[in-house]
Amino acid sequence: MKYVDEFRDKQIVDTLLAQIRKYSQKNIRLMEVCGGHTMSIHRFGIPSLLPETVTLLSGPGCPVCVTDQSYIDRAVAYSKLQDVVVATFGDLVRVPGSTSTLAKEKARGADVRMVYSPNDVLRMAKQEPHKRFIFLGIGFETTSPAIAASVKRAKAENLTNYFVYSAHKLMPPAMTALITEGIKIDGYICPGHVSVITGSSIYNDFPEKYGVSAVISGFEPVDLLQSILMSVVQLAENMPKVEIQYTRVVQPQGNLEAQAVLKEVFTPRDDLWRGLGILPASGLALSTKYENYDAQKMIEVQVEPLKVQKGCICGEILKGLRTPIECTLFKKVCNPSNPVGACMVSNEGACAAFYKYG
Amino acid sequence: MCLSIPAKVISLEGNNAIVDAAGNQCEIGIDFVPELKIGDFVMIHSGYAIAIIDEKEAQETLTLLREFAQSQLP
Ligand code: SF4
Repeated sequence: MKYVDEFRDKQIVDTLLAQIRKYSQKNIRLMEVCGGHTMSIHRFGIPSLLPETVTLLSGPGCPVCVTDQSYIDRAVAYSKLQDVVVATFGDLVRVPGSTSTLAKEKARGADVRMVYSPNDVLRMAKQEPHKRFIFLGIGFETTSPAIAASVKRAKAENLTNYFVYSAHKLMPPAMTALITEGIKIDGYICPGHVSVITGSSIYNDFPEKYGVSAVISGFEPVDLLQSILMSVVQLAENMPKVEIQYTRVVQPQGNLEAQAVLKEVFTPRDDLWRGLGILPASGLALSTKYENYDAQKMIEVQVEPLKVQKGCICGEILKGLRTPIECTLFKKVCNPSNPVGACMVSNEGACAAFYKYG
Repeated sequence: MCLSIPAKVISLEGNNAIVDAAGNQCEIGIDFVPELKIGDFVMIHSGYAIAIIDEKEAQETLTLLREFAQSQLP
């Protein structure tokens, strides 16, 4: 496939690995904060190829994983309402809430639909005007523009039965929180597709304030290894900066159209993250102009009291403090067909990646 | 959800385009890439194109890395 095969070229991979070995002298810890990177890194077995000096950590980059359990509980409650359809990206239906999951509710007769795009939901909402459609909007700057665009389309078409339950998150506040919490990170491998939207300047603080390298990476082995090499060189020379490896897709200024739509439809708010707690201005709510599309404002529902899963250390894994193998439930009780925590549900979760490619 | 693959634009209609992603055709929103042309490769996320892949940049990255790999051969 074009733009894929070339970026898996063995000769280039070998050269990059040799260069990493050559430049890497001091021990460094690089964290990626993108579920896509987590998957690629484990799928291609990258950790085992690197010298011992380079440690790769997975951070809070899996959208399903960082979504708090209380969000699942409210989504479950919505699914029990009359004439309500809950539409979502697939993974979320299997994430355990306090006492149920969306998949269980679906089996009991709730109308829960898995979709690939919010546009699918717009189409359904038009075809079934007597039902209220709630789309579960989760994900980072990569995903939120699509949801924002769908809300604009709904407004333009005067749809009144389409709602978004937003748990959209912003990446930089979480990345900053990890550093200020004292987690040892020398460099960030920055998320390629978040950066497509935002541009590279959102990472400026990391080198400037915290001395942490920041390389925006693509998703193929050549991309990741080149990004690791760039980080290694920056850190070896004590010159941390923001660099773009993924130049074929990421522009320094980002996607201005998408930024404008995001700004129009959403407004930042303090938000709750699994593992990280409440972070200031780290989430997106619908703006006043679009509040008629905000499920939280428009659709009332009784939510059950929160009951937190015992033994799951997903929150600490999302912070890079522990790895899945340190979880006593890993493989024994928790596996992809019977996930205890969110990090095992999503393919992009660290526990699922360790399970599959471990 | 976050791993998108490159897809080729087959046709355009208003705010939407039909693309081919590894043999699968689907309709996507193109609100964020108004300059899109037939034949372009795009990155798709949640049913919307988020970027047009820059062929020139892709080739530059590869050429640079290939030349470098060659120069390192014994
Ligand atoms: S293995 Fe399962 S229980 Fe353990 S941290 Fe991961 S998701 Fe939670």
